[in-house]
Amino acid sequence: MSANLPEHAGKEAVLEKGWLRANKWLVLRRTSQLSILLLFLSGPLLGEGFWIAKGNLTSSLTFEILPLTDPYILLQSFFAGHELISQAIIGALIVTVFYVLVGGRVFCSWVCPVNVVTDIADGLRRKLKIKGGAHFSRNLRYWMLVMTLILAVVTSSISWELINPVSILHRSIIFGFGFAGFVILAIFLFDLLLSRQGWCGHLCPVGAFYSLLGRLSIVRVSAQARDKCDDCMDCFIVCPEKQVIKPALKGEDKGVGPVILNMNCTNCGRCIDVCSKNVFRFSNRFNNDTLLNVSIKEEVAP
Amino acid sequence: MLKHQLSRRRFIVETARAASGVALLGVGLGLYTHEAKSLPVYALRPPGVKSEDEFLAACIRCGLCVRDCPYDILKLSTLAEPVALGTPYFEARKVPCEMCEDIPCVKACPTGALNKKLTNIDDARMGLAVIVDQETCLNYQGLRCDVCHRVCPLINEAITLEPRHNQRSGKHTLFIPVVHSDKCTGCGKCEYACVLEEAAIKILPLDLAKGELGQHYRLGWEEKEKAGKSLVRPDTEHKYNLPEGLKYEHEGQGLMKDTGK
Repeated sequence: MSANLPEHAGKEAVLEKGWLRANKWLVLRRTSQLSILLLFLSGPLLGEGFWIAKGNLTSSLTFEILPLTDPYILLQSFFAGHELISQAIIGALIVTVFYVLVGGRVFCSWVCPVNVVTDIADGLRRKLKIKGGAHFSRNLRYWMLVMTLILAVVTSSISWELINPVSILHRSIIFGFGFAGFVILAIFLFDLLLSRQGWCGHLCPVGAFYSLLGRLSIVRVSAQARDKCDDCMDCFIVCPEKQVIKPALKGEDKGVGPVILNMNCTNCGRCIDVCSKNVFRFSNRFNNDTLLNVSIKEEVAP
Repeated sequence: MLKHQLSRRRFIVETARAASGVALLGVGLGLYTHEAKSLPVYALRPPGVKSEDEFLAACIRCGLCVRDCPYDILKLSTLAEPVALGTPYFEARKVPCEMCEDIPCVKACPTGALNKKLTNIDDARMGLAVIVDQETCLNYQGLRCDVCHRVCPLINEAITLEPRHNQRSGKHTLFIPVVHSDKCTGCGKCEYACVLEEAAIKILPLDLAKGELGQHYRLGWEEKEKAGKSLVRPDTEHKYNLPEGLKYEHEGQGLMKDTGK
């Protein structure tokens, strides 16, 4: 079968599997992103001054006991010459361990509020059939990451936080909006008109940092049933980091396992949703034997 | 071989391109960071901040201090405000610091940007109250406003009223409010309470409000007290070259006839 049109990506899956199953991970992700925001707003929502989570994504205290701190911002603070104290270090360690296990860029697709904005831009881009735009290397984000760390040293200040759209959006929702709308609008238009997934997929140093954290993460998406792939291209169309799919999905002949090991896979699960043939599923990095090997073993066994 | 060279060339060009683009952004952001370090005079940091420079290296903009401030005094700066984005501050004239004894904002801070060593709120130095305008301060006019003195949490220590002769009326006393920098925490209660349209007493950043003596400078009377005696020799009596029959009386009578006494 031939490739589907970009604007029709996912339609087949809805027909085959029903809307809910064809949007399961998307719904779960949006629920996750929204509930994390609501946790930080629990004070005024629940009243009585009771907060489930206080603070914001850079540092928080949940149930007055669990400290969480963004290791990236703490690293910048360290580079800026601040002497770190245990409370922040413990918080950052907990966050680090979590993302090392589940995949660093899980932060991007399951937590970060900017993801909602750029996903909408991407969806709209397909609907409006906007193609092309400026081309950036996806490695630009690592240059950005290095730049923010150098700036922290040079300015002895957490420089990136002055313009970081991730914390601007999250903080604005929780602590008051101000002019944050303009930044978010700028990101939205940038992604819509200038570059597909331009922010999250090419420039954002926060995502770059978390991708490094999740380099060896356990939780991974696997194209386990890749032999069923009918080349409809839906997964490539919806994937925010589409370069990550091909080695796993099309690597059988080269002896490459079906697990998507690229650190920039955000574990968003959208490919699982839109695949009408149920090629993808959540798995782990150790479950990466090629089917070829499995079948050989089966033949040898009896 | 040629192909190999081409791809190497492309790699170098692409790398240089990425690096220069990001460097451009970095230079801009660096210069902006430099600007963002200048905190406006009216914006006061929560207790436990030593300098704006150190604070901006340490504060991660989480807002936990804001959440734990029982009086909702602190706020995080938003975009287009002239305070470094996302950092906590308060404005004394709008709502001053209540100086909680347990200092919850400092306790809440996860990074030590608000220094944990601050355990007694009286040691906080958020700024320094300064009578910025003697021409409008009512007490300077001879009236008994005294409001800044009365609202001061360290009344008679951080702000005292010093009696001074009222030269205008010739028979009354001015009660001049005087701020003592060794006690003033910069909480801002005085600025908040000042009855004037525009406060005559304002909290200024310490480096702006304080002068500093040269390191070599010694005050004679202090040194005298320390030493327990005068450190200079008493003046030698001045010798006048006077006409015969005249003398100079040093006790106050001045030039007089020398009668030989």
